Amino acid sequence: MQQDFNFINRCLFDLDDYSAEEIMYILEAAKGMKEINLREYKKIPTLRGKTVCTLFVENSTRTRMSFELAANRLSADVVSFQESISAIQKGESLQDTVYTLNAMGIDLYVIRHSSPGSPQLVHKYSKKPVINAGDGRHAHPTQALLDIFSIWEKMGSLQGLKITIVGDILNSRVVRSNLIGMKKLGAQVTVCGPRTLMPGQMEEVYGCKVEYDLKTALKDADCVMGLRMQLERQTEGLFPSLEEYTKHYVLSKDTIKWAKKDALIMHPGPMNRGVEILPEIADSSQSIITEQVANGVAVRMALLFLILGGKA
Amino acid sequence: MKKLIKNGTVYYQGAFSPKDILIEDDKVAAIKDRIDEPADEVYEAQGKYVFPGFVDLHCHLRDPGQTYKEDIVTGTKAAAKGGFTTICAMPNTEPVVDNIASVEYLERRAKDLGFCKVRVIGAITKHLEGKEISEMATMQEGGIVAVSDDGHCVQNAKLMLNCMKYAGNFGLPVIIHAEDYNLAGKGQIHSGKIATQLGLSTIPPLAEEVIIARDIMLAENTKCRLHIAHVSSAYALELIRQAKDKGLPVTCEVTPHHLTLNEEACVKFDTNTKCKPPLRSEKDRLALLEALKSGLIDCIATDHAPHADYEKELEFDRAPFGINGFEAAFASLFTLLVDKGYLTLERLIDALTAAPAKVLGLKAGVIEEGLPADLTVADLKETITLTAENMLSKSKNTPWLNIPLKGKIVTTFCDGKITWQAETQNG
Repeated sequence: MQQDFNFINRCLFDLDDYSAEEIMYILEAAKGMKEINLREYKKIPTLRGKTVCTLFVENSTRTRMSFELAANRLSADVVSFQESISAIQKGESLQDTVYTLNAMGIDLYVIRHSSPGSPQLVHKYSKKPVINAGDGRHAHPTQALLDIFSIWEKMGSLQGLKITIVGDILNSRVVRSNLIGMKKLGAQVTVCGPRTLMPGQMEEVYGCKVEYDLKTALKDADCVMGLRMQLERQTEGLFPSLEEYTKHYVLSKDTIKWAKKDALIMHPGPMNRGVEILPEIADSSQSIITEQVANGVAVRMALLFLILGGKA
Repeated sequence: MKKLIKNGTVYYQGAFSPKDILIEDDKVAAIKDRIDEPADEVYEAQGKYVFPGFVDLHCHLRDPGQTYKEDIVTGTKAAAKGGFTTICAMPNTEPVVDNIASVEYLERRAKDLGFCKVRVIGAITKHLEGKEISEMATMQEGGIVAVSDDGHCVQNAKLMLNCMKYAGNFGLPVIIHAEDYNLAGKGQIHSGKIATQLGLSTIPPLAEEVIIARDIMLAENTKCRLHIAHVSSAYALELIRQAKDKGLPVTCEVTPHHLTLNEEACVKFDTNTKCKPPLRSEKDRLALLEALKSGLIDCIATDHAPHADYEKELEFDRAPFGINGFEAAFASLFTLLVDKGYLTLERLIDALTAAPAKVLGLKAGVIEEGLPADLTVADLKETITLTAENMLSKSKNTPWLNIPLKGKIVTTFCDGKITWQAETQNG
């Protein structure tokens, strides 16, 4: 049954480039990495001599730390490029930035950028493998992989599961990548949120269900994911107030009853407690929110290992 | 000086037939089934098509002020290579063409160079700011053929009402780039499934349609001639049809890219597919094609919008809008529409020649004895492949780069002078 997959020097722009079998292979590899993370000495020499650049043109402390920890634990060297102190702020183009970094001998780029499609550009200019750590509202495939890993670990399989994602679907790259990945593994996904925060033609593009009513959306859900609701959407005229949003879409003890008993509760973070999710749910025994974070490091270790061709 | 064009298949009086054309100096002296008169030069057009020189109502020459993108030399040479003999330049240069000095600069430079006739479109509002009416009547003395704030759109309906009243007063057509700034926002592409998939913000058809509806009402109120640039959506066509049915003085144009491509072209984040209005759905594209066939859409205009490589070589949402149009226009339309049987060659040529000339009342677009010898010779069996090296435009921002297309412009005559001659059979 053991199939040989070649991940060496491949990019991860989004999950549509990866087959269901390849995603499963990554999950299995992540399982092995998770064991390393539980050891007292959390480090293996497998990527010694390789250099990973975390190119964060948009700030994100959590994702960057997760990637850097992953690289460190595999003994790769890590250099970090941050928007706030970088040349891009001084008007340098992404192309010139990548040419400069490439000249320093980077083996793999991890990029976070507010512009959709920028990971493809980094690959075009660098000819090196690139992992997308979030490009605008487009994709966030490592978050999707860690979400999928977390569900798979608890439920054994995603086949036939009903997964409901609630919140600002319009602005979420996490949803888009999850929809691709979860569907490949056989889950049925429902997205739910107010109409002003729902992109057009979701059913056609992703084969998912769209619901505007939380109760209907949560019915029979095996797994419920909340998304961060940002206050700035209010000033953009997309909804009137956080209070009104919460009234209709919050994940609480009362609303989660509409889902299956013991349904998994997830959130990609950072959470707005009291807005999209109440502490009574976020900290409940059903919640796997902190495990998601731990799994993130393992999944990213697996990807770096597979793409840079580490020796097991 | 007499030139004789022998044995071509000539588009003459709305149909193709074998004709010989005698050019004397800058005019067509005779057009007949057979001319055997001695000439100083004989141009053998056996197996080739001879069209009236193409007329483009909508282009950006970037001169003055943005000559790193294009200038009047490269722009008019590229136009000639594309088969154009008359082009209308939009006023969004630096400085803006909102004064007679800028109009005269362009007219004089183009005339001196002689690659292509350039007609100037003046700004509707000073500095294209949408605040004060420009000196349209003075610019008209300098030769402008219409006014437009193209690239911009007058948002204030009261001001637009006055602009149209004022332009109507002097018989100047108003050309609109229809875009409601609030609806378009920071949108990047059409509000369809590709935008959903790529997570790019959207420019919905509504952004264009509400302004078209508004300006049709203003045209009805003011009796001003209204020409709608680069129409892109099915519902916009519906609005224009209603206006035309009412007998309002409204015309419109469509670009080659909106006729040949749809939103799917953006899926790889190719910034050369980024334009305004954006490439829309296949349903919209098919509606545009039908409207071009029926005559609801009057003509084709390139919206030639050159941008430097380093401007387009950016993240999709940071790159400027615009597609380089002259050199791929005919070949892309011929290859994707005519050669595949979706459009007749007659209608394509009409929409590139007599029809646009009629929209602005230009004396161009037909082959007729006594008129300027503006002619385009094409070999429809030959292919061309535009490359960064062989393009004459200073910028290379076309989605057709490195893609072979059928229908090669072999020679262009402007006022009887050869302004473009393909070097070799394949060059």
